[in-house]
Amino acid sequence: MSALLTIISRNWYDIRDLSNLSNAILERIRDAGGPGWLVYVVSALLGAGGIVAFIGGAAIINIWIERRVVGRMQSRLGPNRLGPFGLLQPIADAIKLMQKEVLQPRVADALVFSVAPIAFTVPGIVVLAVLPWGRNMTLADLDVGVVFILAMSSLAALAVFTGGYGSNNKYALFGAMRVIAMLVTYEIPSVLALLGLVLFTGTMNLASIVLFQEKYWLPLVLVQPLPFLIYFISSSAELNRTPADLAEAESEIAGGYHVEYSGMKFGLFYAAELINCVAISAIMATVFLGGWWTYKLDEIVPGWMLFIGKIYAVYFLFVWTRGTLPRFRIDQLLAFAWKWMTPMAFINIVVVAAEVLIWTETGWSAGLLLPVYVAVNGAFAVALIVGWVRFMGPKFSRFPDRPRFYSGIDVPSLPAYRQPAPEATGIGTAPSSTGVA
Amino acid sequence: MIDQTAVVVAFYVIAASTVACALMVAAVRNLVHAVLFLVLTFVGVAGIYVVLSADFVAVAQVLIYAGAISVLLTFAIMLTPGADRRNSETVYQGPAFVLAGLLLAVIVFVVYDTDWRIAGRGEFAVTAAELGRAFFKPYIVPFEVASVLLVAAMVGAIVLTREEADDAF
Amino acid sequence: MPSDRVLATVPLEHVLILGAILFVVGLYLALGKRNAIGVLMGIELMLNAVNVTLLGFSRFVVSPRPLDGQVFAVFIITVAAAEAAVALALAVAIYRHRETVNLDEIDLLRW
Repeated sequence: MSALLTIISRNWYDIRDLSNLSNAILERIRDAGGPGWLVYVVSALLGAGGIVAFIGGAAIINIWIERRVVGRMQSRLGPNRLGPFGLLQPIADAIKLMQKEVLQPRVADALVFSVAPIAFTVPGIVVLAVLPWGRNMTLADLDVGVVFILAMSSLAALAVFTGGYGSNNKYALFGAMRVIAMLVTYEIPSVLALLGLVLFTGTMNLASIVLFQEKYWLPLVLVQPLPFLIYFISSSAELNRTPADLAEAESEIAGGYHVEYSGMKFGLFYAAELINCVAISAIMATVFLGGWWTYKLDEIVPGWMLFIGKIYAVYFLFVWTRGTLPRFRIDQLLAFAWKWMTPMAFINIVVVAAEVLIWTETGWSAGLLLPVYVAVNGAFAVALIVGWVRFMGPKFSRFPDRPRFYSGIDVPSLPAYRQPAPEATGIGTAPSSTGVA
Repeated sequence: MIDQTAVVVAFYVIAASTVACALMVAAVRNLVHAVLFLVLTFVGVAGIYVVLSADFVAVAQVLIYAGAISVLLTFAIMLTPGADRRNSETVYQGPAFVLAGLLLAVIVFVVYDTDWRIAGRGEFAVTAAELGRAFFKPYIVPFEVASVLLVAAMVGAIVLTREEADDAF
Repeated sequence: MPSDRVLATVPLEHVLILGAILFVVGLYLALGKRNAIGVLMGIELMLNAVNVTLLGFSRFVVSPRPLDGQVFAVFIITVAAAEAAVALALAVAIYRHRETVNLDEIDLLRW
């Protein structure tokens, strides 16, 4: 097996490292006497073409995933008419959107109205250029990759506002204001979560973060579970996905900032949301799950295929929360960010800084310290969440008639609210007749 | 890096578009359009920073200016709904224009008249790690004072805009 | 790359002139706009122009610690963010009191 791998390695058809292919093409150009700038431009175009091809495919496939998988999770079939398992449904969706009339209100601000979907898509695609798709396959190996990703995420807020303002519609404006408030609020926990990671690995370069994980044989999700959770939740709020999509849901604010968009402009907004979700999943797969590196499996299977697999694993998590959780209100979401996620992220940074200090100041080897850190961080994450709920969460005995999601809960300590065990008659039975819970 | 052809061309293209966007901020007749052109100016200035080998400052510029200060400006416009959105000038625009022109002339003269000691720095290798070390070793006191300043600004902004009515969204 | 002819590098003077142009545009906005938010946009533009100048110096000029320009620029960005927050809060507070942010009409210290 390894003999076979050494035979094919470094040839242009060794797809485990696509830079072999691009290097072969560039050598042909150089041998044919092309100028230096042409080589540079062609290499940039090849990389960008690959990423855009992935984006196009992802936008199509993700539409199917959203509809079919969420349908199956909600005990219904999802689209199953077009093609096997409804796989051609996204093509029908695209054709439907393309043949719709693109209505533009006469009082809308024409330039702002048209630019908003484009401004929303571009940061999501650009982020994928900074990620390492393989060992030598980073299109733009920035030394400040992590901060670049955060900067691109914050540009999405402005694009949403231009869409909402340009529609000249008060519901759109309200939805846009809510979205901006949520995006600005949830940027802080996501920045702090990634900051913990940057502290731990000592570099902001994403290719170096993957090499760090390869060097210590440790995907960072094991040693930093709390930042994974915080980044996941705050990203799903930044992406306006359920459970945090109240700013754009049809039943909440008549569609929010994309109420006036129809036809392919709305299609671009929708695709841009999916592309942003893919970009965030790619970031999480790189930083937390190891990117293209998978415990020596990436020497047999191409690293970028494993990376795409991990992207879809994280994307499945996003779709799973979408299919399962109900929607939250804006004040619940903002309170959650300010009172729960931001303090927890700060405490996590203090703990990570202490761990890094111990690691660098004492000379103990990583093989000794890292399993200890995995155990300590896991226990700390669980303890912090449970402790925070215990001390900051709602106290049931103080708010006895606040409506709850669950029924039959054993409300402690006040005898007037103690209720008999509910009869097992299925979903939706009120447990008692006192009107409580 | 700054004497590669593409970087030189990029500098002039980005500089021209940034100046054009800055002039449009002054020229458009709608305040929200002016804010959007200001965002484009900020992004253009971030591009200039990249050409000048300051990559961390460039992404910090995009993150803070285009991502947060622009949102602040937008919120300020939205929280002043009855105000004049026409982006018009005061009666002092004539003297302001003259003053701006004179100041530009003075600065250009000084720039071309001074003998700058140019360093022959070929590859200006700076990473964010070096910048971080500079923040924590010689410049630690301004760093801490900046954090106090930000807290004071946050508290001040909240106190100035707080109403006694309960928060409704 | 050996096969291409290198243009001249970007001279320091051009960077400084770019900074100067942005500064005077910001100055015109700060002195000439009627809306308080327009004035604030001018101030932010002036701070950006100063940053461009500082980074140009940091890149080109002989210095024992060439990174000082970048440190200074980051501090200016921080202070500009704080100042923008307070200035916009002031504008909103004045609007609540006077129903206008038009600087021609806010010219009395009381009522």
